[in-house]
Amino acid sequence: MKTELAIKEAQLNSRIEDDFITGADVLIEALVNQDVDTVFGYPGGAVLPIYDALHKSDASFNHILCRHEQGLIHAAEGYARTTGKAGVVIATSGPGATNLITGITDAMMDSLPVVCFTGQVSSAVIGTDAFQEADVIGLTTPITKYNYQVSDIKDLPRIVREAFHIATTGRPGPVVVDIPKNIAQEVVTETFDTDFHLPGYQPTVNPNPLQIKRVMNALKTAKKPVILAGAGVQFAQGSEELKEFAEKHKVPVTTTLLGLGTFPGTHEQSLGMAGMHGSYAANMAIYESDFLINIGARFDDRLTGAIKHFAPEAKVAHIDIDPAEIGKNIETHIPVVGDAKEALKRMLNSPVECDDHSEWYQAVMENKADSSFWYERSDDLISPQWLIEQIYEETNGEAIVTTDVGQHQMWTAQFYKLDQPNRFVTSGGLGTMGFGLPAALGAQLGDRDATVVAIVGDGGFQMTMQEMQTLKHYNLSVKVVIVNNEALGMVRQWQEEFYEERYSESLLDQNPDFVKLAEAFGAEAFQVKSENKVRETLKSAFEHDGPALIDARIVKLDLVFPMVAPGKGNHEMIGVKPCGE
Amino acid sequence: MRRIITATVQNSSGVLNRVTGLLSRRGFNIESITVGETEIEGISKITFVVDVEEAQKVEQLTKQLHKQIDVLKVNDITDTNKVARELCLIKVVATPQSRSEINGIVEPFRARILDISKDSLIVEVTGKPDKIEAIIDLLTPYGIKELSRTGITAFTRGKQQKQVSDYQTLIV
Repeated sequence: MKTELAIKEAQLNSRIEDDFITGADVLIEALVNQDVDTVFGYPGGAVLPIYDALHKSDASFNHILCRHEQGLIHAAEGYARTTGKAGVVIATSGPGATNLITGITDAMMDSLPVVCFTGQVSSAVIGTDAFQEADVIGLTTPITKYNYQVSDIKDLPRIVREAFHIATTGRPGPVVVDIPKNIAQEVVTETFDTDFHLPGYQPTVNPNPLQIKRVMNALKTAKKPVILAGAGVQFAQGSEELKEFAEKHKVPVTTTLLGLGTFPGTHEQSLGMAGMHGSYAANMAIYESDFLINIGARFDDRLTGAIKHFAPEAKVAHIDIDPAEIGKNIETHIPVVGDAKEALKRMLNSPVECDDHSEWYQAVMENKADSSFWYERSDDLISPQWLIEQIYEETNGEAIVTTDVGQHQMWTAQFYKLDQPNRFVTSGGLGTMGFGLPAALGAQLGDRDATVVAIVGDGGFQMTMQEMQTLKHYNLSVKVVIVNNEALGMVRQWQEEFYEERYSESLLDQNPDFVKLAEAFGAEAFQVKSENKVRETLKSAFEHDGPALIDARIVKLDLVFPMVAPGKGNHEMIGVKPCGE
Repeated sequence: MRRIITATVQNSSGVLNRVTGLLSRRGFNIESITVGETEIEGISKITFVVDVEEAQKVEQLTKQLHKQIDVLKVNDITDTNKVARELCLIKVVATPQSRSEINGIVEPFRARILDISKDSLIVEVTGKPDKIEAIIDLLTPYGIKELSRTGITAFTRGKQQKQVSDYQTLIV
C-alpha cells in the first residue's frame, strides 16, 4: 500500500512539473535550440535553479565542470577558436562572474565568440551589496561585444537568441547574459515569441564592389605587393580563397600571430609570422612593399613596431568586417569593409591581371631563404626550438596547438609551421598566462579525435594547473608539454636585454615537482632532460590514452630571436642571424 | 578642435553608460553631453561636444560609437549647417540698486529673469554657446552665486536655403 501511495505521489509531482516550467527550464530549452553541444560551467548559489533544471532535463549537451571559472572561460575560448561555434559558459554570481573577467577580456581582444551566462542575486536585492553580488553589467560592459541583464522572464528566449547571434556574427566577440536568481526560479505557463530585432547591429558582409575594384587596380600596377593575413580570414573560413588568390597573383603572404595557419606555413609563398618576433623576411617584405593588402588583421602594435617605420612606402588596403579597425592605427588608402571570404571571392573573380612583379617575388624569397629562424643546439639541455620541431614531427604538423604567453609561445609560432586554419590557439591581444591548458581542454572537447598539445611555460602552467583534474575527469587525451626554463622566460629576456640583467622576481627556482603533481591529478607524467630522450618521451605521451604531461627541461638562458626592440621599426630587427655570421 | 556629435540610440537600460564609458576608455574627453527622448518612442538622442585634435581621431570616435549595438546613427554635425542651442541658469547677486542694471544686460540677450529675491536673481538664457559665454562674462562683475549649463543640443537644418531660393524664383 505504502509503495502504491508513493508511486501515486510521484506521478502527481511529475504532472505538476510537466505543467509548470521555470525560467531555468526556459534557458536550457533556449540553449538546446541553439544546437549547443558543450557547456562549460561551475555551480553556485545564484545558479542553483539552473543547475537543478539541468539535472532534471534530458538536454542534449554535455556539461563540463572545470575547476576554476577562469578555466571555464579559456576552455570556451579554445572550443570557439577551433570549432567556430560559440563557447558557452555558466558561472555563478559575484566571484563566479569576476573570475571570468580575464577570459572575457581575452575573448574580446582576440574576437572569439563566447556566450557567458552569469547568475545574479535576486532582483529585489540588486544594489544592496547582497551576498555574492557583483555589478556584472558594469564590470563587463567595456570587455564585451554586448551584455544583458534579464529583467523579465518573457525576454529570456529572445535574449539568448540575440546573444548567440551577436557573439557569432560580424566580428565575433563575447556576450554576457546576467540572470537574477528569481528569474531562473520564476514559474511560467506559456512559451514566448522569440523573434528578435537588432536595428543597430547590421554587420556589412558584402564589400563594396568599387572598393574591390580599387584594390585590384592597385594590385595590377604594384611592383612590390605583399599580403598580411589575420584571424579575420579564419573567422570567415576564407583560407582556401586566400591561398587561391595569393597563388593566382604570386604575392608573398605573411600572417599575424593569430593568423598562423590561415595560409599554409610550409607553402613556398609563405613568409611566416610578421612582427616583433616574426620572420625577418616578412618584416622586410612589409617594410619595402609598395602595396600592402591587410586581410582581417588589426595592425596590433606587436605587429607594426614603430608606426612611422611600418610599410613607409606602401599604399595600404585594409579588408575588415569591423570598420572601426580600418585607419585606427595605420593610415589606410583603400578601406574595404566586409567579410574576408566574400572580399577574396570577389577579388578572385576580378579579371585584372597583375603586371610583372617577379623580380620582387624573387628578392623576397631569397631573403626568406637567407634569414630563416635559427637556433643553437646545446650539448647539455634541450634546445626549446628543437623541442618544438620534434613535437611538430611527432604530430605530423597536424595537431591543435595551444600555448600560454611568452618565449615558448613565440618559439611555437616560429617552429610549428601550421598548414591548416583553426589549429593554433593562443592568447594574442591580451597575452594571458595560464591560457594554454584550459584552452586545450576546450579544443579537445570540440574535436575528440584531434591530437591536442598544450605547449606551456612553467610559469603559466602554475596559473591554471588545476584543470589537469578536468582533463582526468573527462579522460581527455590532451598532451601538456611544459617548456621549463625555471623562469618567466620573456620577462627574464627583457630584463637581460633592457634592464642590465637585473632578474627581478622572474626566476622560478622554486617550482613544484611537475611529474608528481601531474601524477596526483591522475595523468601520465614524464620528465625529460636530454635531447636523445625527447622523441621516445613524446611517443610514450602521445600513445597514452588519457592526459599526459611532459616536463621538458630546456636551456635556461635561451632567448627568442630575431626581435624588434620596443620603439624600433620592423626593419631594425636584432638577432636575425647567429652571432659571428 | 571642438566637435559636435549626435548619436541616435535605442533607449535600453545602461545605454548612456555604454556611450560615455566607451568615450572615456578610448581617451576622449566629453565637454558636454545632453540626452533626451525623440519623436519616436524608445529612441533617444545624445548630443555631445568633444575636443579632438586630429581628424583621424574624430573618425575613430564616430566608428567606435557606431559599433555599439544600441547606437542606430552617428553624425558629426560640426561642419554642417545646423542649429545648436544650450540653456543656462545663472543665479547672480543683485541688490535693489543693481537690479535694473542687470535687467539692461538681460534684455538684449533675450534672456529672462525667473526669480527675484532680496539679494539675488535667477537668469535663464538660451542660445549658442558663445552667446552664453558672453552673458556670463557680463554678469560676472556682479557676482555669480550659482551657474548651471545644460550643454549643447543640436539639429542639422532642413534644406532651407534651397527652399528659400525656390520661393524667390516663384516670386520673380
